[in-house]
Amino acid sequence: MMGLTFWFRRFSENNAVAGLARLDAIQLQQMLRTGQISSLELVDALLEQYAAWEPRVGAFLNFRADQARDQARELDRRRSAGADLGLLAGLPVSVKDILCTVDYPTTCGSRMLRDYHSPFDATVVARIRDAGGIVFGKTNLDEFAMGSSTENSALAVTRNPWNTEHVPGGSSGGGAASVSAGICPLAIGTDTGGSIRQPAAFCGISGLKPTYGRVSRYGLVAFASSLDQAGPMARSVPELALLLEAIAGHDPRDATSAPNEVPSYSHTIAEPLRGLRIGIVPDHFDAGLDAEVDAAVREALGAFRARGATVREIELPASRQAIATYYVIAPCEASSNLARYDGVHFGHRSTERDRTDESPLARLYCRSRAEGLGAEVKRRIMLGTYALSSGYYEAYYLQAMRVRRLIRDELLAAFQSVDVIVGPTTPAPAYRLGEKANDPLSMYLEDLYTVSANLAGIPALSVPCGLSRSGLPIGLQIQAAPFAEELLLRAGAMYQQVTDWHQRRPAA
Amino acid sequence: MNSERSDPGPYAIVIGLEVHVQLKTASKLFCGCSTQFGAEPNTQTCPVCLGLPGSLPVMNRRAFELALRTAVALQCQIPEYTKWDRKNYFYPDLPKGYQISQFDLPMSHSGWLEIADPKGEFPVRSIRIRRAHLEEDAGKSLHDEASGKADSRIDLNRTGTPLLEIVSEPDLRSPREARAYLNELKLLLEYLEVSDCNMQEGSLRVDANINLHLADAAGGMVATPIVEVKNMNSFRAVERALAYEAERQFAAWRETGRTIAEVPKSTRGWDDQRQATFAQRQKEESSDYRYFPDPDLVPVTVSVSAVDAVRAALGELPAATRQRLESAYRLNAYDADVIVNQGRQFIAYFEQVAQRCGDGKLASNWVTQEVLRILNSAGGTIDRFPISADGLGELIEGVRGGQVPSSRSKELFGAMFSEGLSLAAALRKLGIQALDAGALEQLCRQLLTENPRIVADVKSGKAQAAGALVGLAKKKNANVNPAEVREICARLIAEMP
Repeated sequence: MMGLTFWFRRFSENNAVAGLARLDAIQLQQMLRTGQISSLELVDALLEQYAAWEPRVGAFLNFRADQARDQARELDRRRSAGADLGLLAGLPVSVKDILCTVDYPTTCGSRMLRDYHSPFDATVVARIRDAGGIVFGKTNLDEFAMGSSTENSALAVTRNPWNTEHVPGGSSGGGAASVSAGICPLAIGTDTGGSIRQPAAFCGISGLKPTYGRVSRYGLVAFASSLDQAGPMARSVPELALLLEAIAGHDPRDATSAPNEVPSYSHTIAEPLRGLRIGIVPDHFDAGLDAEVDAAVREALGAFRARGATVREIELPASRQAIATYYVIAPCEASSNLARYDGVHFGHRSTERDRTDESPLARLYCRSRAEGLGAEVKRRIMLGTYALSSGYYEAYYLQAMRVRRLIRDELLAAFQSVDVIVGPTTPAPAYRLGEKANDPLSMYLEDLYTVSANLAGIPALSVPCGLSRSGLPIGLQIQAAPFAEELLLRAGAMYQQVTDWHQRRPAA
Repeated sequence: MNSERSDPGPYAIVIGLEVHVQLKTASKLFCGCSTQFGAEPNTQTCPVCLGLPGSLPVMNRRAFELALRTAVALQCQIPEYTKWDRKNYFYPDLPKGYQISQFDLPMSHSGWLEIADPKGEFPVRSIRIRRAHLEEDAGKSLHDEASGKADSRIDLNRTGTPLLEIVSEPDLRSPREARAYLNELKLLLEYLEVSDCNMQEGSLRVDANINLHLADAAGGMVATPIVEVKNMNSFRAVERALAYEAERQFAAWRETGRTIAEVPKSTRGWDDQRQATFAQRQKEESSDYRYFPDPDLVPVTVSVSAVDAVRAALGELPAATRQRLESAYRLNAYDADVIVNQGRQFIAYFEQVAQRCGDGKLASNWVTQEVLRILNSAGGTIDRFPISADGLGELIEGVRGGQVPSSRSKELFGAMFSEGLSLAAALRKLGIQALDAGALEQLCRQLLTENPRIVADVKSGKAQAAGALVGLAKKKNANVNPAEVREICARLIAEMP
């Protein structure tokens, strides 16, 4: 507690430090490099932001101020000793609590793993540390990333900083809220069907789901292995480029990670795009789309046109089956990936014993899983188990895999004639807490515009493009061809050069 | 019950074998942990083989190479594309809740293995291989299943060890054929240096499916229910278990008349103490393993040229070696089989001996009788045998050429074996010296001079009297060759006036 008083006093004494939480990672990095501020001063400024916002927002599941300050001190020491600290030198990054960390529990927002400590760092986390980044707490999420509102977390409630009656989106809701509230400039989320882009849209920040294989999945606790991808969240696109550059690249521990070279995203980000060819999908603008979102997206298209972009309509008929396809494949993989949470080797084990039971082992499994896993997780395990069962496999899993191939082929074909596909990230702005909690189907429809990118493995970005009359952010989704992150980020940055939605902040 | 029976009884036995072979890799199939047998429980584990959240498998290329070598040697078809599947089931020794295996697109299929009985009890037969696929092993559960009370212990050292599952078609027609198949398969695997094939350490495991085909009252064919027999810890046990099971099924059919159409496949264990099979408790969950492609692993592609390269590098396989030994060294089928069954090093030893001494048949007699007798009784392997192939070849050559008295060859072999002596040193040690022709004639002349009575007897026609000369010659010098003494003395006496 002495530490707390210390940093409050120090903060108020140092004017150079005032307002640090309003600066973006690029500006902070510059100030750190030139010695205008120290890493510790930055961390302390953000701790004040944490103290102000966290009680209202609840972005974090575990947060250790002392640990962050220790890491900052160590970075300052190394910097003054002349060490090259790397791309993220001194920058705090919050990490979604589904990525393994040696210095924090990795709970996945589940009772099952409430006390689980991983013996290793996820490759993404190791790369953040190697690049001089500071792991700034573990953020809340829907249990095992299954959900679109963070309401499925078994451990905490996270609220939207723009209106705490509303959800932050999900499943990376904690990460989105942590950046939106100015607690940290950068966050790592994961995206299986929209879990970076949708909370980014709801919280008025930027978020990127990279190409499948661009970022290592080692240490990302699996929900749906063929769809999961970790990615950066920040207020602006250039910050996304910086964080992506730090975490991307081949990892020998992940057989599905791509060997492709990592471009220097942060260096090419400001290069303007001439004659950008934009595709829009009429389906994205049908009756299901909220009128305010519709208007904001059309206005954004106008901003692109004003910068010389052309816009044409493209048809993606197979993508109409994307939600159905996704909700077969993702639960199938989840049912297998989550089988290991059986109470035997790690995680929650039921203490209930009944020696008279004919099969104590089956009882241990059933009770441990019944007690440790939440309703949505169970629902998806049951869906997947059913769909993979003998007699149903062909009709569900195999059929879904065939449609997935069609969706991918049709998107790849579309990228022959357009550079990016632009549309809304979500059908509507953030809804109220509890509004859809008992309606899983309408919750699944939140992923309407986002799941295709996961099924096809392509990169997709969400950037803020407006505010509703009730003051809630609206997101614009931009998708590109596999490994076209450079183009995608430049398109996003170009949009942010002529708009200021990404600079808007929730009222304190 | 007689397991050695050759009478098949009033029924045909139908047997198919599933053999799990642990591949000889330094590390596990999907992580870097050691595969060494016998370590302290749970010391050879890591996040990957423990199935910890966030861990991912990465294929061990070496394991795939060994599997490919085996599949090619089993004459299998090698598809250009193969993938990994998850076999989902709950068990405490399976930490991920699924086993990574291969389901509908195995890395090899449709091969065959030829088996023969050197004693001719069954004709040479080609046993079809349905498929051979790679998978990871589970851990080991140590518990008292019957009482359900004691705590179970789980050792995950073995978890993730690479296994090649080799599944035969139901082509085997007797327990003896099943054993011959296993012998030949083991020999092949050892030739290929892909597995230790140690059943005690679990690096080779056998499950057998068996039922009977018999004639019903109407003259049609009926089949008994299929039984999978497990827990057999030697090839001998496999043979006995199958013989037992065939008779048990026949008795059960006579009693109940129940056929394959009425009873699903069941599992029985082999009790080596009681020499009987017993019904095993069925697994609690149904066997719907919900196979689907493992999204954590990428499919493996194998080019035709890669398969050709593996085939070209295989070297000579046991069946071909048998034929070559028979023709090149004029061995009979039985001797060639005995030599080939000892493995590559033993064959090399034999061939070196045969080439050194110039007589394949003699070399075969020596290695299959003297050398094998010692190896079998004292244990040990041919690479550590104290008599080198050249040494033994030299000994046999000496016997053939008469330089070494054949009467003392076993004695010399014994000295060379137990004291590690060269032939020359053994000869010296035993005081055996080859006499040159001049010295031997000198000795014979002396004998004749000293024994005029014997000379007189021989001259008078008592040819057998010359036998005494041989005995006397041996007293003068133990190294004399009796036949030569007899011959020289006869000549000298004949030359006498």
